[in-house]
Amino acid sequence: MRRPGQARTGGRRAAKDESATVLYDVPGPRARRRNLLWTVLFLAALAAVVWWVIAGLAAKNQLEAAKWEPFFTDGRIWQTYLLPALKNTVVAAALAMVLALPLGALLGIARLSDHRTVRAGAGTVVEFFRAIPVLILMLFANAAYAEFTDISPETRPLYAVVTGLVLYNASVLAEVVRAGILALPAGQTDAAKAIGMRKGQTMAYVLLPQSVTAMLPALVSQLVVIVKDTALGGAMLGFAELLASVRPMSANYGANTIACFTVVAVLFVLLNIALTTFASWLERRLRRGKRSTGAVVTAEAVDDLAAPGPAEPPAPPGPGTREP
Amino acid sequence: MFDFLEGYDLLGAFWVTVQLTFWSALGSLVWGTLLAAMRVGPVPLMRGFGTAYVTVVRNIPLTVIIVFTSLGLFQTLGISMGADRFTTINFRLAVLGLTAYTSAFVCEALRSGINTVPLGQVEAARAIGLSFPQILRIIVLPQAFRSVVGPLTNVLIALTKNTTVAAAIGVAEAALLMREMIENEAQLILVSAIFAFGFICLTLPTGLLLGRLARKVAVKR
Repeated sequence: MRRPGQARTGGRRAAKDESATVLYDVPGPRARRRNLLWTVLFLAALAAVVWWVIAGLAAKNQLEAAKWEPFFTDGRIWQTYLLPALKNTVVAAALAMVLALPLGALLGIARLSDHRTVRAGAGTVVEFFRAIPVLILMLFANAAYAEFTDISPETRPLYAVVTGLVLYNASVLAEVVRAGILALPAGQTDAAKAIGMRKGQTMAYVLLPQSVTAMLPALVSQLVVIVKDTALGGAMLGFAELLASVRPMSANYGANTIACFTVVAVLFVLLNIALTTFASWLERRLRRGKRSTGAVVTAEAVDDLAAPGPAEPPAPPGPGTREP
Repeated sequence: MFDFLEGYDLLGAFWVTVQLTFWSALGSLVWGTLLAAMRVGPVPLMRGFGTAYVTVVRNIPLTVIIVFTSLGLFQTLGISMGADRFTTINFRLAVLGLTAYTSAFVCEALRSGINTVPLGQVEAARAIGLSFPQILRIIVLPQAFRSVVGPLTNVLIALTKNTTVAAAIGVAEAALLMREMIENEAQLILVSAIFAFGFICLTLPTGLLLGRLARKVAVKR
C-alpha cells in the first residue's frame, strides 16, 4: 500500500514534480506564491544564522587563511596527525567488528536454542550489555587491563576501546543474527528437516549461510555505529584516533580549533556515508537477487535492535519521501 | 563491603544523568518534529535543509559534537549559553550537543511513522480543503506519534546511554564519577557493577513501560 510520505510513482503528478507527495497538492499559482514566500523567509533565517556564525568566527580570528591553509597545502599535517589517527579509527572499528561477529553469532544462535537454560543465559547476556552505555564498558575494560594484565600503557587504550565495542556490539549483532535467521522463510527449516538434517546441520548448512547474506546491510550499517563509538576512546581513554588528534593539531597550527573540528567531522561523515551507501547498495542487490530468498535485515532495523527490552515488531520499510 | 561509597555522591551523579536525558529528550522531540515537518513539506529548500541536517549529524560521532560544544563553541567562540558557572555552562552545552544529535534520529523515526498513515486519510483531508500544516497537525502527526512510540522509546534509551558522553566535557554525571571512583578505589569489579546496575535501572524499566504504552496506543490497522 502506498503511504502519504512516499512519492507517487507513475502518473502525471510524478512526471511534473518528482518530489510531490500526497501530503500536499501539486502547487497552483497561490500555493507557489506561498511556497516562494516560505522559501524567502527560510532563506533569510538561514542567512541570518550563517552571518551570525561567520561574524562570530571572524571576531575570534578563526577564519584566517593561515588557520585553514595547512589542510590543503601542508602534507605534514596529514602525515603526522590525520592519517595515523584515521588509521587507528579504522583499525579499532574493523577489529571490533571482526571479533564481535562470531561472538554475536554464537549469542544469537543460543537465543534461538531449544533448551530454555541456554536461551535464558544468552538472553540475559544480550540484554545486560545492550542496557549499559558502551563508555562504561570501555572504562571498565581499561581499568581491568591495567590491574590484571601487563599490556603496555601505550596499547592499552586500543585494547580497552575494542573490548568495550566488542562486548556491546556482540549483543547488538546477536539480535541482528537472530533477526536474520527469523527472516528466512519457514520452508527452509521444513525442507532441511524433511531431508533428515539434524538441528545443528540445519543451522550450519541451511539457516546461517543464508542469514549472513540477509543481514549484510545491517552489519555494514552497524559498522557506522562502531566507527562513531571509537571517538569515545579518544575523548575519555587517550586513544589516538581522529577526535584525539584535534588538540595536538590545533596546538601546532595556531589554535585553529574550528578548522580542525571541521576537517575531522568531514572525514567522519565521508567515511560513514561511504559505509551507508555500500549498505543500501547491498540491500538493493539482495532484494533483487534471484538466488536468494529475498529475506533481508535492513540498515534501519539496527537502530531498533540496539535498545534493550522486548523485541518490537519489525519497523515499517524505510522512510520514503525522497530517499536517493 | 560498601564502605568505599562514602564521600561519593552516587545518587547525585545519576540524578544529573536523568536531568541530561530529560532536557535533551524534550529538546530533541521539538527540534526533531520540526525537522520531520520540514522533510515532508512542500518547500524544496526546507526539505533540502532537513535532509542535509539529518545526513550530516547522523554520521558525526556524538563525542565529536559534545567535545566541539566545549572546545569550539565555549572555549574558542565564547558561547556560554547564558550561564556563568562552569558546571552550568558544561551542562547546558552537553544538552545542546545531545539535542542536536538526537533530533536527527527523532526526525527519522517520525518520518517512518508518517509513512504508516494510510493514503486515503490524507487524500480525504485534502479533498475537504485542509492545508498542509493542518493535515500534518490534525491528521498525520497524531497518528504518526502513536505508531512511533516504540521507535522513539529506543531513541530515548539510546539517549540515556549517550548522556555518558557528557563526561568528556566534565559534566558530573555517572560515567565521570565512575572514572573517578575507579582511579581512587580498589574494588574495580564492584564499582563497575554498581554503575552497570544503575544504568540497567534507568534503561530497562523505560523500555518495558514505554513498550507496553507503545502496544496500547498503536493505531490498529
